[in-house]
Amino acid sequence: MRRRGLLSTAWVLLRKDLLLEWRTRARLNALLVFALSTLLLFSFAVGPDTRLLERNAGGYLWLALLFASVLSLGESFRVEAENECLDGLRLAPADPRALFLAKAAGNTLLLVGLGTVLFPIMVALYSAKLAMGMGDFLLVLTLGCMSLSAPGTVYSAIANHARARDVLLPLLLFPLVVPALLAATKATSLVLQGDPMNQLGSWLGLLAGFNLMYWGLGFLLFPRVVED
Amino acid sequence: MNDKYRALRNGLAVLGVLTLAVGAYMGLSWAPAEREMGEVYRIIYVHVPAMWMALLAVTLNLVCCISYLFKASWGKDALAEASAEVAVLFGGFGLVLGSIWAKPTWGVWWDWDPRLTSMSVMLVAYLGYLAMRKFVEDPEKRAVWSAVVGIIAYVDIPIVWFSVKWWRTLHQVQSTPKTVDADMTLALRVNAFAFLFLMAFFVWNRYRIARAQRAAEVALPEALPTSAGHTSTGPVPGVLS
Repeated sequence: MRRRGLLSTAWVLLRKDLLLEWRTRARLNALLVFALSTLLLFSFAVGPDTRLLERNAGGYLWLALLFASVLSLGESFRVEAENECLDGLRLAPADPRALFLAKAAGNTLLLVGLGTVLFPIMVALYSAKLAMGMGDFLLVLTLGCMSLSAPGTVYSAIANHARARDVLLPLLLFPLVVPALLAATKATSLVLQGDPMNQLGSWLGLLAGFNLMYWGLGFLLFPRVVED
Repeated sequence: MNDKYRALRNGLAVLGVLTLAVGAYMGLSWAPAEREMGEVYRIIYVHVPAMWMALLAVTLNLVCCISYLFKASWGKDALAEASAEVAVLFGGFGLVLGSIWAKPTWGVWWDWDPRLTSMSVMLVAYLGYLAMRKFVEDPEKRAVWSAVVGIIAYVDIPIVWFSVKWWRTLHQVQSTPKTVDADMTLALRVNAFAFLFLMAFFVWNRYRIARAQRAAEVALPEALPTSAGHTSTGPVPGVLS
């Protein structure tokens, strides 16, 4: 039997995860309901001040995505823990780096999908307007979700085998993604409210740099996390 | 556990306390008052060294983490644990002092300035690191995972700083020895050495505790971490190298 290359293995693993996801759609539905109620809760916390809600819409969207990402990331290794699937994958033998790429890409896809669904709801709830193109929004959304997924995948693999895993993942992830969250929120606000000072490029650059660093670190370090 | 360095360790503590006393005298009365802030500025003689030591300790943690992944040993893991804990101690101390200084100077306890914010984010990140160590029972897995988490947390510090700097800024421009009075620089350096001695004393003691804990956890030498998967590379726990 021919041994598969890294990217080809990652593709097979990603397809497996997407297929599993599609067959139950449990995770996607749970994420959607969770993120929706988070968006609603923000308006209750702030009060019915439409202008305040509109100004902070980008920040609320990213907080909803961040909270949802914890659920999504936690679930992505829980499915492998059942019936020792992770050991099976390692013995397949699948390169652990391919596993990292597949899991991180899968989580990114899920979160981007979630963000796309949430966007019109956010527009309606907070009466936000889109000053720039939809393409800019999707670019920010993709980069932001990628920067949550890469470190989140590493930490989720760790937290999944620890005690109190539901507490541990946000504890590790939240302080880490502060720069990504900051940049994504700023960039989203610029896309929604217009960018007269031409700052969007620098925030996107920061997001891209964060991604480069954490996808690289995850790629290098992940094999040590899942080794036995 | 044999303890041939006990005198040296206690010497560090005595040296630290003595230097701290000299530093306190220099900082509180010998160094001149600051032109604009008056006497309030004197808190920097403890605030700045505390932050320096926190950064030094997390850097020590990074070195332990990286070197652990290349060649596993219980000593590196114990030193990583000790340095992270001492870093959180000094960082928390420094943040509280900074907050006390900020109230009369800026008029607020807290401000979202780059250095303040990145230090607090760093503190939370290392608290997460320490919490993770508590949540994993298998000592070998804990060592590898915390090495990974330690590297990731350290790399984040400059990115946080950079992002918050863009976000907003208020902290005063950093002074260099060229822009401040020579007496102030000397007083600050004396205090920094006092903190360094104390930090070394803390880390060393915490390291010994961590080593003893590892030794208790891994009573069998066969269970030591292996680097290549076959050979045992770590020193036998309980024997200080």
